[in-house]
Amino acid sequence: MSRATRLRVATLILAWAAWEALARSGVVFQGVVPSSLAVFASAATLLGSPGFYAHLWRSTEEIGLGFVIGSAAGVAIGTAMGVSVFFGRIAHPYIHVFAPTPKIIFLPVLMILFGVDVGSKIAMGSISAFFPVVVATYDGVRLVSPVLVRVASSLGCSIWQIVAKVYFPSMLPAVVTGMRLGLGVAIIGTLLAEIKLSNRGLGFLAIQEYEGFHIPDLYAVLLITFALAVAANVAIGRVAARLQRHR
Amino acid sequence: MRRWLAPAAGFAALVLALATLEWAARAGWVSPFLTPSPSEIAAAGWRMAAEEPLASAFFSTLGVALAATIAAALVGVPAGWAMYRFPTLGQAYEDWVAALFSAPLILLYPLFLVLFGRGLLTIAMIGFLSGVIPMALKTYEGFGAVPKVLVNVARSFNLTETAVLAKVLLPAALPTVFTGLRLAFIYTTINVVGLEYLVNIGGLGYLVGRMYDRYDIPAMYAAVAFVLLISVLGFWAAERLERFGRGS
Repeated sequence: MSRATRLRVATLILAWAAWEALARSGVVFQGVVPSSLAVFASAATLLGSPGFYAHLWRSTEEIGLGFVIGSAAGVAIGTAMGVSVFFGRIAHPYIHVFAPTPKIIFLPVLMILFGVDVGSKIAMGSISAFFPVVVATYDGVRLVSPVLVRVASSLGCSIWQIVAKVYFPSMLPAVVTGMRLGLGVAIIGTLLAEIKLSNRGLGFLAIQEYEGFHIPDLYAVLLITFALAVAANVAIGRVAARLQRHR
Repeated sequence: MRRWLAPAAGFAALVLALATLEWAARAGWVSPFLTPSPSEIAAAGWRMAAEEPLASAFFSTLGVALAATIAAALVGVPAGWAMYRFPTLGQAYEDWVAALFSAPLILLYPLFLVLFGRGLLTIAMIGFLSGVIPMALKTYEGFGAVPKVLVNVARSFNLTETAVLAKVLLPAALPTVFTGLRLAFIYTTINVVGLEYLVNIGGLGYLVGRMYDRYDIPAMYAAVAFVLLISVLGFWAAERLERFGRGS
């Protein structure tokens, strides 16, 4: 075992022991910091109950659709901004301003436009995912070597051919990195929207457990959500690594 | 292409979009309850400045976001440095920190509510937590990319650990560290405003939610515009700071 691995294992054990000690010491209210055994038991019950999968499916659907819509729009607009210098200069300041704003603040607007049900959650996921993807795509397009573009255009390629055969292959790694970030924020945006107002989904489940003060159940929901988010992120990372190898 | 043409066209597009909205709202093409005209939103902004605690909400959000960002920098830069200086730490924790960066940390807020109470401290702590991760990650990345030669020269001159940090590592890694700072500010602000909106405490996020609950839609749009203003201000400040740091 390497030193780094040993350090990791030690950290995990220490963190877990500290949590258990804190839970059993009585320094903090047991309802707030429950024993990890209670949390794991809750997680097992949760994973075994069919009701949980309805929530999971709703969240997956919302996040998935939002992510696909948002990143498709991001790639399209980002590419257009990079290919057309003029359009890029027009759009860039606006993207620049909107990209770092907290998107959750638009939730009331989205609820007005798309309804309080699934629509506003998908829209929330879309605008969350859109910005990291559009920024990364724009950066990626501008890194494409101008020599390649000039060669293609002197060979008589149309603008669409240049986009498909030159731009897309060279900017792929940047786009995938953007999509990775985009998926992360789409998950956060969608779950927050569910927390604020919904009747199904993992975010709703978490806030329901919180309001009922079922703290071990709350931690169980969070634990499962974190695990799924990390798994999704690792999956995109794997895809990215594979794409990079095939280039 | 002339330099001013693109900004001018961008500005013209904005004016055109606002004018179209104004016209569509007045002509009754869109429901004024859902998409109020820009002039109505501006008027609502004025009204809120007079009737609502707009200024205090604005400065509350800005203050909490700034304090959390500064705390994140004060903890994140040393953490990133430690990961660089002691490679075992870096190898052990880099993946974990990167995974946390994409984890929905804000979902931990119920835990923070119970630990820190229902107040600004909870919001600041969540903001700090979400800012410290990109700060540490980018510092580590930036220090790792500093050419070995520079560090070796400094060491052969017997520079102290602090001097290596101040005279070699930080100046050489400045752009990446500032990217980290900017990311920290973005993530902090996002989480601060998001949490204000979610739990109905504090500044602008709370104001947006309250205007929506009251169905004062123009005022809600005006509050959203003030959130935009905060992120513009933050970006501008980060750019100025970076220029100052580079000494130009």
